[in-house]
Amino acid sequence: MLKLEPRPQASRFWSLASPLLALAITVVIGVILFMALGKDPVKGLQVFFWEPIKSPYALGELMVKATPLLIIALGLAVCFRSNVWNIGAEGQFIIGAVVAGGVALLADKDTGRWIVVAIVVAGTLGGMAWAGLTALLRDKFNANEILVSLMLVYVADMVLSYLVYGPWKDPGGYNFPQTKTFEAVTQIPRLMQGSRVSIGLVIALLGAAGLWIFLFRTRAGFAQQVGGLAPAAARYAGFSSRKALWIALLTSGGAAGLAGALEVAGPLGQLTPYVPAGYGFAAIIVAFVGRLHPVGMIFSAILMSMFYIGGELAQSRLGLPKSLTGVFQGLLLFTLLACDTLMAYRIRFMTPMALKGAN
Amino acid sequence: MESYALLFAATLNAGTVLAIAALGLLINEKAGIVNLGAEGMMLCSAIAGFATVVHTGNDWLGFAAGMGAGALLAAIFGALVIWLNTNQYATGLALSLFGAGFSAFAGIAYVQEKLPERPHFSIPLLGDIPLVGPALFRQHPMVYLAIALVAWLIWFLYRSRTGLVLRSVGESPDSAHALGYPVRRIRLAAVVAGGALCGLAGAYIAVIYTPLWVEGMVAGKGWIALALTTFATWRPARVLLGAYLFGGVTMLQFHFQGIGVDIPSQFLTMLPYIATIVVLALISRNPAWIRINMPASLGKPFYPGS
Repeated sequence: MLKLEPRPQASRFWSLASPLLALAITVVIGVILFMALGKDPVKGLQVFFWEPIKSPYALGELMVKATPLLIIALGLAVCFRSNVWNIGAEGQFIIGAVVAGGVALLADKDTGRWIVVAIVVAGTLGGMAWAGLTALLRDKFNANEILVSLMLVYVADMVLSYLVYGPWKDPGGYNFPQTKTFEAVTQIPRLMQGSRVSIGLVIALLGAAGLWIFLFRTRAGFAQQVGGLAPAAARYAGFSSRKALWIALLTSGGAAGLAGALEVAGPLGQLTPYVPAGYGFAAIIVAFVGRLHPVGMIFSAILMSMFYIGGELAQSRLGLPKSLTGVFQGLLLFTLLACDTLMAYRIRFMTPMALKGAN
Repeated sequence: MESYALLFAATLNAGTVLAIAALGLLINEKAGIVNLGAEGMMLCSAIAGFATVVHTGNDWLGFAAGMGAGALLAAIFGALVIWLNTNQYATGLALSLFGAGFSAFAGIAYVQEKLPERPHFSIPLLGDIPLVGPALFRQHPMVYLAIALVAWLIWFLYRSRTGLVLRSVGESPDSAHALGYPVRRIRLAAVVAGGALCGLAGAYIAVIYTPLWVEGMVAGKGWIALALTTFATWRPARVLLGAYLFGGVTMLQFHFQGIGVDIPSQFLTMLPYIATIVVLALISRNPAWIRINMPASLGKPFYPGS
C-alpha cells in the first residue's frame, strides 16, 4: 500500500525535479500515443524536440512563439502568486491586439517610427482595461474572477470578430474578414536580418528580470505575495488585499495586452479572426510549469513554444492534426500537478498491517 | 404566436443542456469539490457521444458514451485532487485545457460526419394542443428527464440519509470523518457522478442540440454551468430556473436574427456571456448571502489525519 506522509518542509529537490519528471511522463505518453496512431515515435519526438532547435532559423522561430508566451506568463505569475485566478489572459491578449491594431491602422505613408511606441502602449493599456473590468467586478461586486475573466475571453473574441467582419474590414480584401495590412512603418523592430525575432524577445527577458526584482527584492512584491500565501498575516501586516487584486490584474492584463500588440504589429501585420492562437491559455501552463519563477518560466515558455512548432510540423510532416499541441500541453499540466505532490508529501510503502497500525 | 411557442420550446431545450451540467456540478460542490474542468469534460463527451451515434446510430448509446467519458475524466480529476491533494482550481483548469485539445484531436475525423435523421418527439394528445403543445410537449425526453432529475436531487439532498452525508462532507469533512464516514470515497463518488452528468450534457449538445461536431462547440457552456451553481446559491430548483433563463438569453439572439433586428450578430452572440457576468456580479454583491449558502468547505482539500 502507498501512503502519503506530509513533509515537515516542502522539498527543494522535488520543486525542481517535478517539472522534469512531468515532462518525462508526458513524453512517455506521447510515445505511446504515436505508436497507437501507427507513427514512428522517434520521428514524432524529433519534430517536437529536435526540429525546433536544429538550425539558427528554427531557433529564431522558437523564440518568436516563446516571446508572447513568456510575456503573458510573467504577468500571470504575479496573479497566481497573489492568489488571484486570472484565466482570461487570452481575452486581454485579444483586446491588446485589437487596440494596438487600431492604432496601427491610423498610420499612413508619412507616419514616423514613433508609431511603434504608440502601438505598444495602446496594446498594453487595452489589455489593462480589459483585465480591469474583472478587477472592478471582483472588487466592487465580489464576482468570481475565474468566471468573469473567462467569460470576457468570449466577449473579446466577438469584439475582434465584429471589427474584422464589419467596420475595419479591408475594402480591397476580396471580402475576407481581415483589416488591411499595416504600413511597414508599424512593424515592431527586428533584432537581426533574416529572422523574425523582434525586440519583443528583449522586452520579455527584461520583463523576467524586472519580475525577479519585484518579487524578491521589493517590499511591494513581498506584500503582493503574502496576501496569496497567508491572507490573515497580510491583513495583520496592513497589506491591502484590494490593492493586491488591482496590481495583479492590471499587471497581467497589461502584459497580455503588450504581447497582443507585439504579435499583431510583428509576425501578423494585420487583424484577422485568427489572432487568438491560444497563447493566453498556454501561458497558464507556462506559468505553472515554470514554478511561477521568472527563470523557470523562460525555460517553460521555450518548451511550450516547442509544443506549438512540433504540432505544426506533426501536421505537415506526419499527417497528424495540429491539435496534438493542445493534448500535450494539457497532459503536461496534469502530470505536473500530480508530480508536485512529491514536493509536499513523501510516499511511503506500507504493508496492510502497518497501515492498520498507522491509522 | 406560433413562433413564440417555438422560441419557448427552444429555450427549454437550451436550458436543459445547462441544467444537466450545472446539476452535476452542484453535486460536486455539495461535496466540497469545485471542478473547473466542466468545459473540457463536456467537449470530450460531446465527441464521444457524437462518434458513438455515427457508428451505432443509437442516440442513447451516444448519451451513455458521453456519460462514460465524463465520468472517466472526472475520476482522474478526483483522484488528483482528493488523494494527491492537488489544487482544485489548477487541476480543473488542466482538465479543461486538456479536454479542449483532446476533443479537437479525437474529433478531426468527424468534422464532416452527419448523424442519421434526428428523431422528433411528441407526447400523444398533449402535443396536439395548439401553442401549448409545440411549446411544452414536443421536446426530447431529456428535457423532461432534467426536470425529473431536479425533483430527485431535491429529495436526495434534503430528504435522504445519503444526501445528508454528502452535504456534511462538503460542509465539514472533519466531522464527517470523525463520525466514521469515508470522506474521500464519498467525494470521489460525487465527482464521478458530476462528471457523468456533465458528460451527458456534452453528448446531448453534439447529438441533439446542434447535431454535428465542431471543434470547441461547447462554447463556454461548461463555464456558464459553473456560474449557475453560484447564481442558484446551490439550490437544485434555482439551478433549473437559472438554466432556463440562460437558455432564453441564448435563444434570444436567434430570435432577433430571425425577426431581422439590425444588430451585428457578434453582439447577439456576446449576450449569454455578458448575462453571466452581470448576473454573477449581482448575486455575489452581498458576500454574506453567498457565505451562508455556499458549502462551507468548498474548494478546500481534506487529508485525514493532518
